[in-house]
Amino acid sequence: MNALRHSYYEASARQRLTVLLDAGSFHEFLPPAARVTSPHLPALGLPVAFDDGVVVGRGLLDRHPVLVAAQEGGFLGGAVGEVHGAKITGLLERALADKPAAVLLLLESGGVRLHEANAGLIAVSEILRALLALRATHTPVLALIGGTYGCFGGMGIVARCCDAVIMSEVGRLGLSGPEVIETVAGVEEFDSRDRALVWRTLGGKHRYLLGEAQRLVADDIGAFRATAIELLTTRRPLELAALEAEQARLEARLARYGDCRDAADIWARLGVPRPERLPLLDEAEFHQAVAPALAGTKP
Amino acid sequence: MEHLDFDFPGRPMAPPARSGAIVGVVSSGNLEVLIEQAPLNGTCRVSIDTAVQGYGPIWQAVLADFVARHALADVRISINDVGATPAVVGLRLVQALEELQQAAR
Repeated sequence: MNALRHSYYEASARQRLTVLLDAGSFHEFLPPAARVTSPHLPALGLPVAFDDGVVVGRGLLDRHPVLVAAQEGGFLGGAVGEVHGAKITGLLERALADKPAAVLLLLESGGVRLHEANAGLIAVSEILRALLALRATHTPVLALIGGTYGCFGGMGIVARCCDAVIMSEVGRLGLSGPEVIETVAGVEEFDSRDRALVWRTLGGKHRYLLGEAQRLVADDIGAFRATAIELLTTRRPLELAALEAEQARLEARLARYGDCRDAADIWARLGVPRPERLPLLDEAEFHQAVAPALAGTKP
Repeated sequence: MEHLDFDFPGRPMAPPARSGAIVGVVSSGNLEVLIEQAPLNGTCRVSIDTAVQGYGPIWQAVLADFVARHALADVRISINDVGATPAVVGLRLVQALEELQQAAR
């Protein structure tokens, strides 16, 4: 069983939870049989999903009680509608009372579900408020990103408000997705069909090198599990001094890399030898290649 | 969007291991199948919401084939579909039934 590699990228939200948590420990809140579905989609002539595209519940991670939410990218790109968002908010609020060892958010989302407009926008802001309220009680919240649809828009913000982000190389994290950037800024600025460019810019390796993802793991649910266990006690202080330090870090980053035209330029300036080969390396080789350059720079 | 309901006479089946199971994702060319035990006087009831209109006779044929191959009684099947082909529908139905009969892992 342990020797088997389960691709996180290819798995559905439900499959990810099955392998991520201790075997048989997952208990779902509002399961599909409860049929809590979107009230907005039928009016638009669109089919609903019985879980509204997110699976929430409790389980055990290495025998520690955790609460989990897993977004299903296949359903409307994992977009956050009213019910979908309320399920995640409810989970985070429940954690205030349950006091689990951690909350794990398996994020895969294009952001707000445009079909539900304002309800989706409000849902994302409610998730953010609940997330920060929970972190203020020192319950760690971990974001896991490695799905087909990436993590964008409001959920990209949610990810970076967590205590830590665990990504695989194929995972993508950003605010505007590639197509949005191309539409707004033009194809010369960003060619969304250039897959190498998209992953070089938004993919896990770059996010890790920039310090936005705290861990880069293989595309393997078991690797996500092992790393989540390792980070169960991770807490990012939620206080003014920490925010000011983060602001200073971002200012320094802008000063250092602001004129770079490509992610590979940043890797070169970071001091990674032969940066152009980074996208070709597997996780172990990658960590070996970047460790000397990263030494001392990691927050 | 089209809503379809079908009722099939049931055949005695061994009591399933689980009360319900869900397979598939509501995604282009795919569908989710929620299968549940339900008191239906021994029959099998299927309700479908599909994004594609006008395929009632095809659904009828695929479901009739599934029901003919497997003994089902007091089973409710609920489907959300986004244009899955008949072959995909057939595979998902079998997968859902297998999950229903499989003890929780």
